Amino acid sequence: MLQYIIRRILIAIPVLFGVTVLNFLIINLAPGNPVDMMVNPSATPAQLAATKHALGLDQPVWVQYWNWLVQLLHGNLGFSYSTREPVTQILMAHVGPTVLLMGVSLIVGYLIAIPLGIICARKQNSWIDYIVTGFSFFGISVPHFFLGLGVIYVFASKLLWFPTGSMNTLGGDGSFIDTFNHLVLPVLVLATGIGGNMVRYVRSSMLDVLGKDYLRTAKAKGLSQFLITNKHALRNSLIPIITVIGIDIPLLIGGAIVTEQVFQWPGLGLLTIQSITSRDYSTLMAINLLAACTVLFANLLTDILYAVADPRIRYD
Amino acid sequence: MSELLKVDKIKTEFQTDKGPVTSVDEVSFDLKEGETICLVGESGCGKSVTSLSIMHLLDRNGSVTEGSILFEDKDLAKATEAQMRKIRGNDISMIFQEPMTSLNPVLTIGDQLTEGIRLHMKYSKSEAKKYAIEMLKKVGIPRAEGIIDEYPHKLSGGMRQRVMIAMALSCKPKLLIADEPTTALDVTIQAQILELMKKLREESNTAIILITHDLGVVAEMADKVAVMYAGQVVEETDVYTLFDNPKHPYTLGLMESIPHITNPDDMRLTSIPGSVPSARNMPKGCRFYDRCPHAMERCLAEKPELKSIEDKQAHSIRCFLYENEEKDYEKKHAEKEVSS
Ligand SMILES: Nc1ncnc2c1ncn2[C@@H]1O[C@H](COP(=O)(O)OP(=O)(O)OP(=O)(O)O)[C@@H](O)[C@H]1O
Ligand code: SF4
Ligand SMILES: [Mg+2]
Repeated sequence: MLQYIIRRILIAIPVLFGVTVLNFLIINLAPGNPVDMMVNPSATPAQLAATKHALGLDQPVWVQYWNWLVQLLHGNLGFSYSTREPVTQILMAHVGPTVLLMGVSLIVGYLIAIPLGIICARKQNSWIDYIVTGFSFFGISVPHFFLGLGVIYVFASKLLWFPTGSMNTLGGDGSFIDTFNHLVLPVLVLATGIGGNMVRYVRSSMLDVLGKDYLRTAKAKGLSQFLITNKHALRNSLIPIITVIGIDIPLLIGGAIVTEQVFQWPGLGLLTIQSITSRDYSTLMAINLLAACTVLFANLLTDILYAVADPRIRYD
Repeated sequence: MSELLKVDKIKTEFQTDKGPVTSVDEVSFDLKEGETICLVGESGCGKSVTSLSIMHLLDRNGSVTEGSILFEDKDLAKATEAQMRKIRGNDISMIFQEPMTSLNPVLTIGDQLTEGIRLHMKYSKSEAKKYAIEMLKKVGIPRAEGIIDEYPHKLSGGMRQRVMIAMALSCKPKLLIADEPTTALDVTIQAQILELMKKLREESNTAIILITHDLGVVAEMADKVAVMYAGQVVEETDVYTLFDNPKHPYTLGLMESIPHITNPDDMRLTSIPGSVPSARNMPKGCRFYDRCPHAMERCLAEKPELKSIEDKQAHSIRCFLYENEEKDYEKKHAEKEVSS
């Protein structure tokens, strides 16, 4: 197992390298460049050229990439073209809010979805099954911006229960309660989608397992329905559930672009949009790199969890 | 020996999309302590449904709608789920045909074995484990101390069936239901498992309902036999009478369809010409009518009942051909009752 993990990490290095090359190329192929966005409109062409030269933007793309890579290997992500702060510092400031938002959303979504999925499977074709399945389709299909604007309209503008956006009240004390109040609506939106998706997987995977012979054996032993469902059946239906979790984890970093935009949540999603509009290459590259690392990590974690959940899976 | 189980005219129905389907109808037999009854009959005749009915392990759409299942004088047909939970695995336990899929792949052998032991015998965790190892040794599993922490996929089919037997017998049930326990195994392993079951039966005086297709297994294991056809018992008697003096035309057909009844290696049932009527359109009269060489006119319209005749042992038959003998038996029986 340890060998397998080391091998996977070694494989991840060339993958990451490829990802950065592609990202760099795509970003540079996009029209516009950072200098156009930051220098004031009255600057002369000579001034623009001088700024470009100072930033190294007049060099061929591969030279620029090489310089970026050398810096990266020194642990230096560069500085933002637009705010001139070190990229590491900017990232640090935005990771926290996103991890908070997505972490809470994932947990809330799962805590609701997994028991509901189990109940639906146990009571297949009952009214509760129909209602939950209906809601889950709603959760999966409704666009986040639409649901986001909807809940803002109802709960923030009309009912005034929650703030319309941001993470803390401007000039407020930044207390837990304040943050919590700001979290509720975006979490509602995100958990709806995450939970809706999860319910379907839990239900179908549970249904599949409930028909298995070994559950009849468990029942023949005189076990209670609770143990049969939650010990014998749930363990067996975990594999598809783990797959979904593995796909969901990268959302922790990059998934909430639209929702963060709608709620002006100061996380990585919002940062991504800002960096794109200001052609802030260095920040964008750093975000991409982080996202790629997260995906690779999530995949590895998924494979490890498979082996934990199912003793028949061995990586050696 | 006292009566342990008395199944009386049970009817098991499944609610399907196309309406209710009766899979088992008027099935009756009884069983004493330590006795083994074999249920035989063609595929689909309701052997498994009968056994699952006793245990309340039918699919959710199925239930026993008529008749009674007296087990130690309690009627299981009317038992609640909570009552059944106390009986399952404790007083009655069951082993299934497919050892490869009957054990939970993600739980260790020990976990699955001790579950029932802890539940019914109230052993502590360590006591249960010790007892489980003992049980594994009893069913002939080598390296029991190691196997107990293994997962089922490490074991062969024969070994898994031994584990199933250990599990089924661990709480010393009074009745063991074995639904084709050897069908999925190689011939040599089959013989070993049957040997094991015989040995354990002698040690513990457990009554057994053994479902099988194989008349060789019947000859080997049974005290008595119930022959089933299309959801009904058509003949029930002790094993000697069944082989020496089978009466029902269906049983006779089964016997004839065996090429060499003297060759014990080749006693599997092959088929009789014709096919079983489907559960959806059961004939009004005798269900064997279409295939019966002795069919009479009244067999089409009237329904034969399962009735006893005078023979070496208790012997009951569902067929009009034996009506006179059945009547004689009834008369004698009635006289006996009067005189006593
Ligand atoms: N859940 C169910 N819903 C509807 N019909 C069912 C269900 N389970 C079993 N049956 C029907 O009950 C009948 C008897 O099936 P059963 O499994 O008892 O046969 P069997 O004698 O055990 O056959 P085999 O020798 O093949 O195991 C079959 O016709 C089957 O289609
Ligand atoms: S009742 Fe009639 S049809 Fe049925 S087995 Fe007897 S003789 Fe054959
Ligand atoms: Mg069967």
